Amino acid sequence: MAAAPAKIAVRVQREPFDQATEICHLSRLADVGAVVSFTGICRADGGRLAGLELEHYPGMAEAEIGRVAAEAAARWPILGATAIHRFGRIAAGEDIVLVVTASAHRAAAFAAAEFLMDWLKTRAPFWKREIFADGTAGAWVEAKDADDAAAARW
Amino acid sequence: MKLLYFAWIRERTGRAEEDVELPADVTTLGDLVAWLRQRGEEFEHAFADPAVVRAAIDRTHAPLTAPIAGAREIAFFPPMTGG
Repeated sequence: MAAAPAKIAVRVQREPFDQATEICHLSRLADVGAVVSFTGICRADGGRLAGLELEHYPGMAEAEIGRVAAEAAARWPILGATAIHRFGRIAAGEDIVLVVTASAHRAAAFAAAEFLMDWLKTRAPFWKREIFADGTAGAWVEAKDADDAAAARW
Repeated sequence: MKLLYFAWIRERTGRAEEDVELPADVTTLGDLVAWLRQRGEEFEHAFADPAVVRAAIDRTHAPLTAPIAGAREIAFFPPMTGG
């Protein structure tokens, strides 16, 4: 019998998300033995930043994360994957991105979660700019070669 | 054809989107960048280094060598920094 297709959910939203709810949702899928989650959080950078402004390409952002999630499901035997990415003004200390993967065993869940984040960072059309502690807009964050290298190893 | 600009490319061109009529000899994304650059200082500034510009045709990543025939929406943006 062929395995059921992985339950993939992708959301791009301004509003905060609840990690516990999302993790719990995937952990309840049939035959799940392992759930791995990653949360990306907005840093204050030692008090220098009030937060970040996240710009995105509506439509393409969801589509691209969906393609990355489908690729993860094709590479590993995952039962579910959820990816949520926020846009707009995000205050220091708030969550920016969440990736949750569920599988029968931990190896696939770990690998798929890391792959999803590495590819999401280099493929999904989002751009960050810094907002200083005094509220003024700072520079656009530059892409890192290390992120490209992390994605290329897969 | 609809063009979209994001992040600092949007700021440098001074617009988020526009509709353009392209000359017949503009057939690839690279041709389009070259055509945009001769439209004024703001475009010359935005596309000063084509090597750092990323593009998407109809919401799918595409290299500057990609043909643009039949495209409805082309977007230009800097390397992505989400996550």
